[in-house]
Amino acid sequence: MSMLEARHATKAFGSLVAVNDISLSVAPGELRAIIGPNGAGKTTFFNLLTGFFPPTSGAIYLEGENITHLTATQRVKLGMARTFQITEIFPELTVHENVRIGVEAAAGYSLHMWTSRADAVVVRAGIDEILTLTNLTAKADRLVGELSHGDQRAAEIAMALALKPRVLLLDEPTAGMGEQETYQVAGLIRRLHKNSSYTIVLIEHDMRVVFNLADRITVLTEGTMLADGTPQEIAANPAVQAAYLGTAE
Amino acid sequence: MSVTTTTTTKLRQPRPALPEWTMPAVIWVVLLSAPLWLSLVGGYTALASHVVVMALVAMALNFLLGFTGVMSFGHAAYFGLGAYGTGLTLRYLSDSTWFAMLNGILLGGIAGTLLGTLICRRRGVYFAMVTIAFGQIFYYIAYRWDSFTGGYDGLRGFSRQPLGIGPWTIDIQGNGTLFYYFVLAVFAVCVALMAFLLRSPFGRTLIAIRENQRRAQFLGIAVDKHIWLSFSISCFFASTAGALYALLNNFADPTALNYTISGVIVIMVVMGGMRNFWGPLVGAAIYVVLQDYISSMTQNWMSFIGLLFVMVVMFFPSGILGMLKRRATT
Repeated sequence: MSMLEARHATKAFGSLVAVNDISLSVAPGELRAIIGPNGAGKTTFFNLLTGFFPPTSGAIYLEGENITHLTATQRVKLGMARTFQITEIFPELTVHENVRIGVEAAAGYSLHMWTSRADAVVVRAGIDEILTLTNLTAKADRLVGELSHGDQRAAEIAMALALKPRVLLLDEPTAGMGEQETYQVAGLIRRLHKNSSYTIVLIEHDMRVVFNLADRITVLTEGTMLADGTPQEIAANPAVQAAYLGTAE
Repeated sequence: MSVTTTTTTKLRQPRPALPEWTMPAVIWVVLLSAPLWLSLVGGYTALASHVVVMALVAMALNFLLGFTGVMSFGHAAYFGLGAYGTGLTLRYLSDSTWFAMLNGILLGGIAGTLLGTLICRRRGVYFAMVTIAFGQIFYYIAYRWDSFTGGYDGLRGFSRQPLGIGPWTIDIQGNGTLFYYFVLAVFAVCVALMAFLLRSPFGRTLIAIRENQRRAQFLGIAVDKHIWLSFSISCFFASTAGALYALLNNFADPTALNYTISGVIVIMVVMGGMRNFWGPLVGAAIYVVLQDYISSMTQNWMSFIGLLFVMVVMFFPSGILGMLKRRATT
């Protein structure tokens, strides 16, 4: 069974059809990249998957369960965690506090007005594990707002991981990054995929990152799906070369 | 080379930061000793009680504004309901100060909790507008219902009664200093509760919502429910301050319910420093003391406070306490 599936997902804003009849299926443990030129509808499609707004028609399934009518918050509780194109973090809190809020939210402690000692131990262990996984342990006590762009991205991913997600959706995790930072974040995504076997859906512009990391690639143009396949298939696809890769050269 | 390096590091080294308990320690020493030195600087005990009462309502608003990131321009309503609930009980029902306070706190707190279910569906400026609108309802009820609330003239004909605690009685009625310590004790309990809540996972989640609602939502946090709870808690503390206010003046007037008082509470919070736990106390102290001194000299006292407010907002946007704290740590 597929982990995450879209069936004929369509989103129209008035007469503008931003996402037009897209169907795709992501297998458990797969790393799927979604690529396409600006305005292809990638982020809109992401918003349909994560419940930021409802689709005009079509349906979204998580492990076979129809989640089309669930809110974003409800989908998070079912195990969908995302990051945003523009980093969404708690800038005036430390890295540790950012992750802690995520861990406590995932454990269902957000409404607890006190913490038992046993709870505190569990939360502490959860935070430490995620900080280690994302290489942020040394920066745990820094304010997130003061970190480099790359580290802020890592902190946002760390917060998503705190939710123990079944699917991790990353919207342009290397956007606006230099060589070194891109390498660092790509390395983190690779570790999450290879070592921790997360199912990851990724929107990305950096073709080296995409072709190095992805198991399968979906190409969108003008709201429709142009191609879907392994990196080799996509690289060899003449329609993709003409419509998308061709313009880059 | 190595010499230069050491000098620069020495120069750059920040002054050792004061321990975190310095601020609360100073504040509590000042508050506890106030009746001893107040008369030496031209103050009086009722003024100190007034400061503490306003500090409580300002800190209650700051729970919502500074720590949840939601602006209410209608907190006077719950403050005023606390005052009227207390006054009306003493006037018509009972001569127990405890019972009267309990009624006042419940009246304001429950009204806030119920209206909060409607108010918290809105965000941003709409939230603020709806808080004003609901607040004004109570003002007009108190203003128009002459026979019950005393209308425009306010509710008179009651006075705080000595407090019974087991076999003992505390004469807060005749002894202003004892009343001050009673107000301070209630303040201490409320402040301790707020501090405790803010250190809990619930409190951290509120701060997360203040920092970034979208991120909070995508962490699976029920943002609306948290804002509503924060609003309700804030209203309960505001109405507690209102109850004390009625006892302090032996009087409840409709202006306590008016949105101008809501504005005064916001000014206290912003002037002292929102996001800063003790900021509103400093703001309330400055406001109440200045009002007391300047209004004895000129009717235009509000222009002076307005001028000070503008200067604080322009030059110390993090408030007076926020500015002092920054000085102390860098």
